Amino acid sequence: MLKQTEGSHAVAEAVALCRPEVICAYPISPQTHIVEGLGEMVKSGDLKDCEFINVESEFAAMSVAIGSSATGARTYTATASQGLLFMVEAVYNASGLGLPIVMTVANRAIGAPINIWNDHSDSLSQRDCGWIQLFAETNQEALDLHIQAFKLAEELSLPVMVCMDGFILTHAYERVDIPTQEQVDAFLPPYEPRQVLDPAEPVSIGAMVGPEAFMEVRYLAHAKQMQALERIPQMAEEFQAVFGRAIGGLTHSYRTDDADTIVIAMGSVLGTIKDVVDEMRDAGEKIGVLGITSFRPFPIAAVAAALKHCKRFVVLEKSLAVGSGGIVATDVRMAVTGMGLKGYTVVAGLGGRAITKKSLHALFAKAGRGELEPVTFLDLDWQVVNRQLERERQTRRSGPAAESMLRDVGTVASKIA
Amino acid sequence: MFQVRIHGRGGQGVVTAAEMLSVAAFDEGRHAQAFPSFGSERMGAPVVAFCRIDDKEIRLREPIMEPDAIIIQDPTLLHQVDVFAGLKKDGFILINTSKTFDQLGLGDFIRDWRQERLCTVPAMDLALKHVGRAVPNVPLLGGFAAVAGVLQLESVIKAIKDRFSGKVADGNVAAAREAYAIVKAEMEAAMHGEAHHA
Amino acid sequence: MSLQPVKFYQTGTFTVGNRLLAPEERSVQANMQRTSSLNSGHRACQGCGEALGARYAIDAAMNATNRQLIAANATGCLEVFSTPYPETSWQIPWIHSLFGNAAAVATGIAAAIKVKKQKGQGGDVRVVAQGGDGGTTDIGFGCLSGMFERNDDVLYICYDNGGYMNTGVQRSSATPPAARTATTMPLGPEPGNVFDQGKFVPAIAMAHEIPYVATATVADLRDLEYKVTKAMGIRGARYIHILVPCPLGWGTASHDTIRMARLAKETGIFPVFEAEYGEVKSVLAIRRPLPVEEYLRPQKRYAHLFGKSPAVATIARIQALADKNIRKYRLQARQGEH
Repeated sequence: MLKQTEGSHAVAEAVALCRPEVICAYPISPQTHIVEGLGEMVKSGDLKDCEFINVESEFAAMSVAIGSSATGARTYTATASQGLLFMVEAVYNASGLGLPIVMTVANRAIGAPINIWNDHSDSLSQRDCGWIQLFAETNQEALDLHIQAFKLAEELSLPVMVCMDGFILTHAYERVDIPTQEQVDAFLPPYEPRQVLDPAEPVSIGAMVGPEAFMEVRYLAHAKQMQALERIPQMAEEFQAVFGRAIGGLTHSYRTDDADTIVIAMGSVLGTIKDVVDEMRDAGEKIGVLGITSFRPFPIAAVAAALKHCKRFVVLEKSLAVGSGGIVATDVRMAVTGMGLKGYTVVAGLGGRAITKKSLHALFAKAGRGELEPVTFLDLDWQVVNRQLERERQTRRSGPAAESMLRDVGTVASKIA
Repeated sequence: MFQVRIHGRGGQGVVTAAEMLSVAAFDEGRHAQAFPSFGSERMGAPVVAFCRIDDKEIRLREPIMEPDAIIIQDPTLLHQVDVFAGLKKDGFILINTSKTFDQLGLGDFIRDWRQERLCTVPAMDLALKHVGRAVPNVPLLGGFAAVAGVLQLESVIKAIKDRFSGKVADGNVAAAREAYAIVKAEMEAAMHGEAHHA
Repeated sequence: MSLQPVKFYQTGTFTVGNRLLAPEERSVQANMQRTSSLNSGHRACQGCGEALGARYAIDAAMNATNRQLIAANATGCLEVFSTPYPETSWQIPWIHSLFGNAAAVATGIAAAIKVKKQKGQGGDVRVVAQGGDGGTTDIGFGCLSGMFERNDDVLYICYDNGGYMNTGVQRSSATPPAARTATTMPLGPEPGNVFDQGKFVPAIAMAHEIPYVATATVADLRDLEYKVTKAMGIRGARYIHILVPCPLGWGTASHDTIRMARLAKETGIFPVFEAEYGEVKSVLAIRRPLPVEEYLRPQKRYAHLFGKSPAVATIARIQALADKNIRKYRLQARQGEH
């Protein structure tokens, strides 16, 4: 059914349609509306046979999820930013144990300095935690990816993060098509665990593994992610057969066929980039965009194939590998090794900095002229940075850097973006 | 694409207003995208919300920097926030106030503006009268339906009934209708050359 | 099962005499049909108090639940010695996740069981969480308090040996004052662990007003079995804190584990009681309180108190703590009472 609703609410409805049995909730912006919505459904009785647990921390949220998933219950939780970091030990544990938990990450920056706005630092910090990571471009995709996530997770016995841009998607009202319970039931079978805590057949889960087998157990996790590379595109097709929408898959290409320049990005910024690409195409520029839906497993072959005929690529990412450059860019560069392409890394939108069409036009034009630096920080205010560096040269006790820099920026409350 | 920016303060239903606008547009079969300028949840802090309306899918995710219309829920913001930033020449302005643009100190700013696009409505008074609560957002939406002409009043009323129920819904509908009538009258007066704004 | 008021001194020795009891009154362990939660072949040290406590506690819980029991285990000695794959000693479904989350994992298990039962897909299975004092009073404390506060249907058992023995005997918040550990060495003006620090989690558990809190030692295994059995008859959050001497960390002889536990109780160092909804309901009384010196002297972790010039003042401070326990929990049997 078509509906104009908030992204968080759409996701809550999708999760409810997946018949979760245990939901762990701990508040952190901007994921709160999702679990609030689910809590309401459980309390009202609209979502039956589901335990909604208000836990005392994100670490407990993931730990409760581990317990319930290991006992055979379909388990869901959501988090963001500091919350994801607070549960990291349990995040690794869930994937290490092979528990198919589904978690929404409402992507948000990581402090310090504390910042509640969107970027991808949180889930990308968990690049190697063993979870599958799917990135949504729109609220429709966020909603649909959750349905696919449960199926993928349970088939492979691997946990899945569905990543959606905090605020930009979670708090945006837009049109979504909410599927029916019959459709979801037809797509998503009941959970059949590979391992379960059951007194009828006692097993020990999570015991120590020494050097004699640890490599093999870890390799198996990698092998499963490689299986996911095959399953994700198939699942998108199966999904389309039931729901009639082309959602998911590893990557999405837009006007890349004859493109000299291909922009690569993840999440909601793809929409803005597509608008810019259309306008540049109208002006005769051969430019296209490649959206990455599956960040983990990383679709090396699909990315290489998509970039085969271009001359240059620009990875625009909402994350920063401090001391190195880009996180997504590193993977993309690996995918195109030996292809002789010119590659640019653009760090953009950190901590909610708006990524505007205007800036993107200038950026892509510069890339087309071959004038872009290998690593660019989009719309960085160099004056503010240089002033602070100068201050630190002048004085030993230069004080908290963020405070000084904000003073240089001036009144923020009066600005729109 | 028609872009609206709403300025107000935390607790005035700024975000709700943008959401309801998007619902009204959706009810007319159009695409709409509403989103807040996000911040911590504090009463009284300046809040901005945005709504885009189009006949095709909206992919753009940047904040609205060049709005076609601006709704100002709290006139005290005029001197704190650059509320008119990027407003297109001859864009629509709707302010919650019983004062004139001149009295608000905006006379010079809108001197050569199209007068029928500059409207005020005492939304706070209407809200108190019909709903009993000082939340000006819904009456302003009724006024917006008149001023910008991109949405039908009936779609706005449907969106109000979607969001509220019972007495609150009825009161808000009445307030929206009265605001609509006030703004319509203002616009007609302006078109007939009664430069009451200036 | 009701409390069997067996008193050690009935036999004239400090031996718990199962053989003196009628067969039906014997402990689960003395029964040929014992449930054997934790099988032989594990890798605990000789004389491990935790292995003994865990076997009795979990056997009793298995018995009380007709073997419909799942355990969540914190990282620590118990986890390490009982399970290196593929040689698990556990006869019940068992999960180890992390050091600090056993209570939360158990909450998840209980939630899943509840839903499965509701859906007619599972029976009435119960949950036990267990950890050492480090995993309970320190790193797992947040999850423990959350589980208590929500009154989740979990029995949490803490095996308290007063330190991080698995990592080489470091101080925990359950390490007693003056005790030597690798991080509280007997050096400087205040040798060993400092006074006026640490916490007694049973009292904190009581402050949550959960249905049942009890303490026990491995010196009185009938009492331990009784408490576990009673706890399994109650719904909601329950906590049992068991003192389990550690020959390695305490520097005691392997054959002295039971004796050390008994001395901890008989001196008043470790109060043995049970509480319901935050109120103490019963205590294991001490007939003739023994001086703490008898408990301290055999332990190498207190050796610095008994050198050429004994640390009389320090021993007196420990004695004062024991005396305070006796007063606070009314541990001393009054004249004429048995």
